[in-house]
Amino acid sequence: MIALLRRDLRLAVRAGGGFGLGLAFFLIVIVLVPFGVGPETEILTRIAPGILWVASLLAALLSLDRIFALDYEDGSLALLATSPLPLEGAALMKALAHWISTGLPLTIAAPALGFLLSLAPEAYGFLLMSLLIGTPALSMIGTFGAALTVGLRRGGLLLSLLVLPLYVPTLIFGAEAVRRGANGLDATGALVLLGAVTAGAFALLPFATAATLRINLR
Amino acid sequence: MLTVQGLACARGGVPVLREVGFQVAKGQALILRGPNGVGKTTLLRTLAGLQPALEGSVDYPEDDGAYASHADGVKAALSVSENLAFWADVYGVVWVSPTLQGVLESFDLVDLQDRLAGTLSAGQKRRLGLARLGLINRKVLFLDEPTVSLDRFSVKLFADWLQNTHLAHGGMAVIATHIDLGIDAPELDLTPFKAAPDAQGGSDEAFL
Amino acid sequence: MSMWEYANPKRFMGWTAPVLPWSFGLAMACLVVGLVWGFFFTPDDFRQGSTVKIIYLHVPAALMAINAWIMMLVASLIWVVRRHHVSALAARAAAPVGLTMTLIALFTGAIWGQPMWGTYWAWDPRLTSFLILFLFYMGYIALWEAIEDPDTAADLTSVLCMVGSIFAILSRYAVNFWNQGLHQGASLSLDAEENVADVFWIPLLVCIAGFVLLFIALVLMRTRTEIRVRRMRALEARARRA
Repeated sequence: MIALLRRDLRLAVRAGGGFGLGLAFFLIVIVLVPFGVGPETEILTRIAPGILWVASLLAALLSLDRIFALDYEDGSLALLATSPLPLEGAALMKALAHWISTGLPLTIAAPALGFLLSLAPEAYGFLLMSLLIGTPALSMIGTFGAALTVGLRRGGLLLSLLVLPLYVPTLIFGAEAVRRGANGLDATGALVLLGAVTAGAFALLPFATAATLRINLR
Repeated sequence: MLTVQGLACARGGVPVLREVGFQVAKGQALILRGPNGVGKTTLLRTLAGLQPALEGSVDYPEDDGAYASHADGVKAALSVSENLAFWADVYGVVWVSPTLQGVLESFDLVDLQDRLAGTLSAGQKRRLGLARLGLINRKVLFLDEPTVSLDRFSVKLFADWLQNTHLAHGGMAVIATHIDLGIDAPELDLTPFKAAPDAQGGSDEAFL
Repeated sequence: MSMWEYANPKRFMGWTAPVLPWSFGLAMACLVVGLVWGFFFTPDDFRQGSTVKIIYLHVPAALMAINAWIMMLVASLIWVVRRHHVSALAARAAAPVGLTMTLIALFTGAIWGQPMWGTYWAWDPRLTSFLILFLFYMGYIALWEAIEDPDTAADLTSVLCMVGSIFAILSRYAVNFWNQGLHQGASLSLDAEENVADVFWIPLLVCIAGFVLLFIALVLMRTRTEIRVRRMRALEARARRA
């Protein structure tokens, strides 16, 4: 299973854009927001937690369709499915690789971008924490969505339509944790619930993803 | 030993083959023949377990099969040896570099081993895809058109590997191909097993 | 004879043919009685005035919006476990009906909300949940439409429906956590204290019965259409092969 993770990460680095593209998109969205809502610091401070979360969610969405599509086209997915590696494990590793190549860089970059949006100083810790806990769920849910649309020629748009509603709980708990942190309230509850969603996604979705892949490979 | 009994399989919900039965003993290969669209790929996919059979049984030692499709599953951004090492790891093969060198030699890839697979020609890519089979050490191979885009020399290379390495060590193979590989193996024409147009078991059957 | 026999497409077509006009007729009767009773023969609410009467559309539609999804979930499970084609097709047939019910609930809610809360839309937990439910319906329908092979489509939408159900419930709790909201408590519950008054209650029940029957009739009709489409496809495919 580690072999698959290593290969996917290597491909993400070599194919170019794997790491960089999502991050650049994240940066552009954050830079565009003040142009849209105006430069007043108070407004930006208020909306920063939500904007940062929505932007990282969209950035994670951007690279989802490549999770399985390339492997499906070049035949590796069928070879993987007939290999001794269980597809559930493959799904998990794919999600992990996606997280390491998008979620983790986003998490690390987010505080710097919070600076651009004048995020409240108390909120930085919560931003980092909530993204660290929440973005793996984004990758796992997205992997499931990618498996659903893998056989479709123009699955990209459909993928967003399927995945975005599934992102709602993660987005709510994640942004709420940061907002509470920024206002000096207790954010533990939100963080715990966020963690619960992530844990649940990782417990359930590898199986759903594997079942979906088997159906699509039939 | 690979035993197939009364196998029926469908493509896109439509039955294509029925009552397919054969045996392949250790060290033997079976060549599948038949016109395009008769169901060779469908049969091989069913044997490999990618799709369920409508009826019948396929028997071979568990965790001993390997499938090679039209597509090679070669990653353009990885080098030749990285591609091979990945599959060896996935199949849990503990390999040392002499093993890898041996496989590279039998498929004439030694000079190419550090090249990125994306820069290979179609035939070289195909050889890389086949070399995977040499490394993963599986006994029962299901090969779908293994010689597509290979030149005559490479076909000979592959046939030699199959005969002298794989089969000679007790391996088995079911091969769909249109050319003469020049190996000593019985042929099975699939045309007589074609399912009738009104065969049972299709996914639309309940609606008729 | 087991109850599953009725799920055979041909048998299904047989027994639904006579049931369909009855369920439509009963649905219409209930709706006419319930709506006329509700609109013209109940007193105005002392606080909400006559606007309260939209409850006769709003509550049944909201109920059916949720029940339609639950029905799709059950049908999907039956398809996955027993592989009855009718079950998958019924789930497919129910989705647009559920979507429409969700829209009716959202629109009537907006019309009701304007005089009561002074706004057509508020990010209240219940309203938001229905908006999310709307998105789930859209995704489900879009997936059905996108996949060509009917069995693959049935399998994949079933998986989506099951996973979606879990996330829909999660979203409901998340939304509650996020905003406390304006919406009044449940209009119907076993706890009599919370309930609407009896004068509104009986016509409301009639309306709900009407919506349930209408839902059944529409789903039966649409399922019959889906079965005919599949049958046509199957016959065409066979004709091509022969």
